[in-house]
Amino acid sequence: MPHTHTQDTLVGLFVAAGIASLFFLGLQVSNLSSFSHGNTYEITANFSNSGGLKVKSAVSAAGVKIGSVKAITFDSKTFESVVKMDIDAQYKTLPDDVTASVYTAGLLGEQYVSLDGGGSDEYLKNGSKIEITNSALVLEKALGQFLFKSAEEKKATPVDDKKGRK
Amino acid sequence: MEFFRCLGAGTRASFTKLGRASFFLISILAGISSVLVRPRLLLKQLHSVGVLSFLIITISGLFVGMVLGLQGYYILSRFGAEETLGVMVAASLVRELGPVVAALLFAGRAGSALTAEIGLMKATEQLSGMEMMAIDPIKRIISPRFLAGFLSMPLLAALFSAVGIIGGQIVGSGLLGVDDGAYWSQMRANLDFQDDIINGVIKSIVFGFVTSWIALFEGYDAIPTAEGVSRATTRTVVNSAFSILGLDFILTALMFGDN
Amino acid sequence: MDNLNPTQNSLVSVHNLTFSRGEKKIFDDISLEFERGKITAIMGPSGTGKTTLLKIIGGQLCPEKGYVTVNGRNVHHLKRDELYTLRKRMGMLFQSGALLTDMTVFDNVAYPVREHTHLPESMVRSLVLMKLEAVGLRGARDLMPNELSGGMARRVALARAIALDPMMIMYDEPFTGQDPISMGALVHLIKSLNTTLGLTSIIVSHDVQETAAIADYIYVLAGGKVVGQGTPQEIQQSSSEWVQQFMNGTADGPVHFHYPAKEYMDDLLHSEKSFKPLFTRQRPPSDRNTKRKRYS
Repeated sequence: MPHTHTQDTLVGLFVAAGIASLFFLGLQVSNLSSFSHGNTYEITANFSNSGGLKVKSAVSAAGVKIGSVKAITFDSKTFESVVKMDIDAQYKTLPDDVTASVYTAGLLGEQYVSLDGGGSDEYLKNGSKIEITNSALVLEKALGQFLFKSAEEKKATPVDDKKGRK
Repeated sequence: MEFFRCLGAGTRASFTKLGRASFFLISILAGISSVLVRPRLLLKQLHSVGVLSFLIITISGLFVGMVLGLQGYYILSRFGAEETLGVMVAASLVRELGPVVAALLFAGRAGSALTAEIGLMKATEQLSGMEMMAIDPIKRIISPRFLAGFLSMPLLAALFSAVGIIGGQIVGSGLLGVDDGAYWSQMRANLDFQDDIINGVIKSIVFGFVTSWIALFEGYDAIPTAEGVSRATTRTVVNSAFSILGLDFILTALMFGDN
Repeated sequence: MDNLNPTQNSLVSVHNLTFSRGEKKIFDDISLEFERGKITAIMGPSGTGKTTLLKIIGGQLCPEKGYVTVNGRNVHHLKRDELYTLRKRMGMLFQSGALLTDMTVFDNVAYPVREHTHLPESMVRSLVLMKLEAVGLRGARDLMPNELSGGMARRVALARAIALDPMMIMYDEPFTGQDPISMGALVHLIKSLNTTLGLTSIIVSHDVQETAAIADYIYVLAGGKVVGQGTPQEIQQSSSEWVQQFMNGTADGPVHFHYPAKEYMDDLLHSEKSFKPLFTRQRPPSDRNTKRKRYS
C-alpha cells in the first residue's frame, strides 16, 4: 500500500532528523567531541589558594585547552588545595617542571589552570605532581593590599609635602 | 462554612481524579508491551504525533533562536562579550527553552489533538465498541499514542534546540558580525554533554511523559458530549502547561542546583 | 461457584438487578430472562436505562445488587481474561455503529478477526466478504465510515458484530433514525440472522411496530420496573394502562408529557432571575457521576 509507504518514510525522516539533532547537540554544541574520557592521564598540583576553580574548569597550555579539572580537595596538613587534572593523552610531552597557575579568563570570566614554561627532558606522566604553582589572584586580597599600600603612602607623604610638590 | 464545604469537595474531587489518572497510567504502562509486538500501531501514531508536529517545532525553534541571538547580542555587546553569544544561545536553548517551549507547543499541537480524538472516540462509542469486541482499547488505542508522545518529545526538543542554535548563529554571525569561530568554540568549551545536553533530554522525556499522560487521560475521562470534549481539550492544554512549567522548576533545581 | 444453575433455556438471565445513577434509581430489583435462539425485546420510553442494561449484561458496568449470568456464568464475577473470552462470543450493535473512523469498511469488519485469530489474510478476506455480503454491503468495502449513511454504518457494524460468529447479539436502538427502507432492511436482516445463524438476539428499542414484528418476547420497562412482559400479542392486549399508552403512543397517560415541574402559572408569574426555557429537559446524567465543574 503506497499510503503506509509514505507514512513509513515520513516517520523515518522524522526519527532521523531527531537523532541527527541529538548528535549535533552532542558533537557540535557540547564538549563531548573534545575529550573522550578514556584517553586521559591524571596529574596533580597543590595550590595555596585555588580561588574560584571548579571541577570541569579548563586546563590549558599556551591558550589551548588540553584538559580539565577532575577534583579539588583540601589537604588539612599542608593547608593547601590539591587539584587533580585530566590531561588529554595526545599531549604527552609536557615537561615536568611546568608552572601551573590559576588565571581568570577576562575580568569577569571563569577561572582556569594554565600550564606554562618548563624545559625539562622528563615529561609529566599519569600521577605526576607539578611542583611550581601560582595561586589564584583573589580580587578582595589584591584590592585590600592596594588600599593598604596607598594609605601607607599617604601617611608617608604629608599633605603639605604634596602641596609643596605641586 | 460554605467556603470550607466547597474546599473539601474540591479536594475530594481532585484526589479521586488523581487516583483515576494513576490507575489509568498503570494500565497504559501495562499495555506498552503489547504495542511493541505491533510496531505498525506505533508507527502510525509517531506519524500523527511526531511528524505532524515537526513543522511547527522547526519553525518556532528557528525564530526563538534568532530572537535569542538578537537579544543576546544587544546585551552582551554592552559588556564587550559578544563572543559568548553562542554560549548564551545554546545554554538557554538546550537547558530550558528547547525542552519547555517544545513541550508547550507539543501540548498545544499534539496533546489537544489526542484529547479531542480520544474524547470523540468515547463519545461515538468506539471505545465501548472495542471493549465489547473483547479488544482492550487501552492496549490498542491509548498505549500506542502514549508511547509515540513519549518517544517524540525528546526528538522534537532536540530538533528545536538544534534549529534554534543555527538560528542564533544566522543572526549572530550572519547579520550582527559575531565571529563564527568564536560562536561555536565558546559554545563547545562551555557546554557540557552530561550537564547540559543529557539533562535537557531528561527534561524533555519527563515533559513528554506527563503531557501525553494528561492529554490521553483527559480524553479518556471526558464527558462524552461536544461540550465535555471541548472542556477536556482546554484542560489538557492548561494542565499540561502548568505541569510543564512546575516540573521544569523542580527539575532545574535538582539538576543545576549544585552549580 | 459462577455456574449459577441457569434456567434451562435462558442464555442470559438478569436476577434482582438494582442500579442507580447518582440519586436516580435506573433499575429497581428487576429480573429478566433471555431465551436461547429467540429474539427478545426490551422496550420502554427514552431514559429508562435500556442501553445501561446492555452495558451491564456486557460487563461494562457493575450492578449494585443482583447478578447477571450469560451462558451460565456470572458476568461480574469473571476475571478480566474470562470476561474478554466471553465477550468474543457476544456481539453488540451500538446505536451509532461505533465503527472505527480511521479505517475502511473492510478493515473495520476484519478488525476483530485479525485481533482474535491468526488466520491468513486470504481467509480473513473471504470471511469479511462473506459477512459483508450477508448485510448486502460487499460493494462498499473500500469506503470510509464517514462516507456511509447511518443505515449503512449500522449494517457494517452488524457485519462486524457477527464476524466472530457470536452466540448472541445485543442491538442498541437499531431502528432509531432510519428511513423506512433501511428500517425494513434492518428488520429483515435481524430476523434472518437470527434464524440462519441460530443467534440469540436482545433488542433494545422504542420503535413499537418494527420490534413487535420480529420479537418473540417483549419486556416493557418503565421507572426502573418491568411493567409488562409477554409475546407481542399478549403485550398488545395487555390490560396495563401504562403498556397501552406506550404501545399506542398516546401523548398523555400514566407517563406525562411534562417533566416534573411546579405549577405552570406559578412559574410564569414568579419568573426567576435567570431565564430558563420551559420545555427543556434537565441535562442528561453524565457517564461518570462526577459533578461538572467550571474550568477555565
